[in-house]
Amino acid sequence: MDNTQPGATDTIEPPGPPGDDTSHMTTLQRIQHVLHTRATLGPAIVLVLSVIIFSIVADNFLQPGNISLIIQQVMVVGTLAIGQTLIILTAGIDLSVGAIMVLSSIVMAKLSADAGLPGPLALLAGFGVGLLCGLLNGLLVTRVKLPPFIVTLGTLNIFFALNLYISQSATVRGTDMSDLLLWTGNFISIGETRFTYGAVLMLVMFAVMAFVLKWTMWGRHVYATGDDREAARLSGIRTDRVLLSVYVVAGLIYAIAAWILIGRIAAASPQAGLTANLDSITAVVIGGTSLFGGRGRILGTLLGALIVGVFRNGLQLAGIDELWQNFAVGVLVLIAVAIDQWIRRARA
Amino acid sequence: MTTQEAPTTTPVMEARGLVKRYGNVTALNGTDFELYPGEILAVIGDNGAGKSTLIKCLSGAEIPDSGVIRLAGEEVLYKNPLEARAAGIEAVYQTLAVSPSLDIASNLFLGRERRRKGFAGSVLRMLDTGWMNEQARSRMTELGIMTIQNISQPVETLSGGQRQGVAVARAAAFESRVVIMDEPTAALGVKESSKVLDLIRTLRDKGLPIILISHDMPHVFEVSDRIHIQRLGRRGAVVTPQSHTMSEAVAIMTGATQVDEHGAHDLS
Repeated sequence: MDNTQPGATDTIEPPGPPGDDTSHMTTLQRIQHVLHTRATLGPAIVLVLSVIIFSIVADNFLQPGNISLIIQQVMVVGTLAIGQTLIILTAGIDLSVGAIMVLSSIVMAKLSADAGLPGPLALLAGFGVGLLCGLLNGLLVTRVKLPPFIVTLGTLNIFFALNLYISQSATVRGTDMSDLLLWTGNFISIGETRFTYGAVLMLVMFAVMAFVLKWTMWGRHVYATGDDREAARLSGIRTDRVLLSVYVVAGLIYAIAAWILIGRIAAASPQAGLTANLDSITAVVIGGTSLFGGRGRILGTLLGALIVGVFRNGLQLAGIDELWQNFAVGVLVLIAVAIDQWIRRARA
Repeated sequence: MTTQEAPTTTPVMEARGLVKRYGNVTALNGTDFELYPGEILAVIGDNGAGKSTLIKCLSGAEIPDSGVIRLAGEEVLYKNPLEARAAGIEAVYQTLAVSPSLDIASNLFLGRERRRKGFAGSVLRMLDTGWMNEQARSRMTELGIMTIQNISQPVETLSGGQRQGVAVARAAAFESRVVIMDEPTAALGVKESSKVLDLIRTLRDKGLPIILISHDMPHVFEVSDRIHIQRLGRRGAVVTPQSHTMSEAVAIMTGATQVDEHGAHDLS
């Protein structure tokens, strides 16, 4: 074997350092490159375009009342999507989001309404339930080494059954509960637009999580674990601990979503949040986070949740049947995943 | 025949009589090993000769059943790779063990990030990215690793050789005492490989001893100072690129030439 002989694997490299030199690319490659480096640009463009289009199609779309409505429609799924983003960043998926939220909300409501526990204690107990549910998911993923899809498919049914048992399939009315549990439904008005505390809470959580993912060691380890788990492990990251913590944190976030849900519907219903699983995954995926892990921004998830909210609301105002709203969201998801695949090929 | 006269200084790392069995299979059957300061020691051997088991024992990935490992004369026992790393033993893997979507600086500091001082670090747990970027940049420049302009560009935008450069820089960046390279060029093309080999020489010239595991005889003969030939779970011989030709080394490796290790290496 001669060392100087060019081998088959010796590919011709583009001149100059890769990453910054775009002069040799076609327009399409350039778009691919920009989307690759600016992950939230795509969702941001889609959101702006859809707002413009719907405000032309439906006169009342930009009315303060309607904006308030969209925000309220987005706040529960948006909060869930924060936890879902964490899990998808580690190359997992969580199908039990809705079930954990409903179970937590029923526990909070029951403890407050039936057991007469003070609001703060009922709330904390609900948070504890979310945390424990997340812990169970995390232990099954890291200790028993089951795939997240299977784990959360199983716990989805377990948590939902527990929820039906505890609630006895009956809704707990808001009027029976502590005011604290309903606090997330109160609102502040800016002009004529109403922002519920739940929506504000959601935005604060997005901001906190954006900070944590970008600026802390934990955030960086979450990305590394999802990106290439073996490489992360060889770098000295305790990937099992990272994964477990992600599921626990996600569980807690779902429980906070439960609080927001109670404020939104002024009740705790065992049948609420049935569509939350797929909606939260949809928000994450449309927001540009890759289902293969390690890639995505929490801001994208907020945009994704808003896009879904704007689409549903706008199509409704335009007088389009709900079945076509679902149709449109489905198309959005497929386009988003296809674009993600295409972007990932940019420099594979 | 002839194993190479060993230098007289204390080895940076040495092993005596390492034995490792997996069930009925004896992977290491009393292997000795020395690595001296400032040298590139290649480890070669046929499949099943115990080459990778030896490396796993040295890097803490496996615990030998018997035998001792000494680091600068002191006996050590690592229960896992993290302990070995804490003692200054770094490994570079052929699989380009980097995190593709993270940037170069993040990869260099992966698993040992540094936090800011004061409130931002202790309460907000903020990373000191400015400091880490600065360190990464000077480290990459110092090692002469390629023409990377932007230290915050994702590793996936780099070529295979540049990625391996990042992995090597990471191994060499943290007061390491020994760098183990497991087939660092196996995933690379010819041009890329020669860059990585240059980098290995640069590290050696800075005084860092390197263990290079490779199947690629031309690479081994190009860069190594001494060659440890592993055979049938033992050290078959230690030769140098000057004392033996490639085909002689291969003959020892495959058993076509018999050597008596104890003749030249009676160190007990």
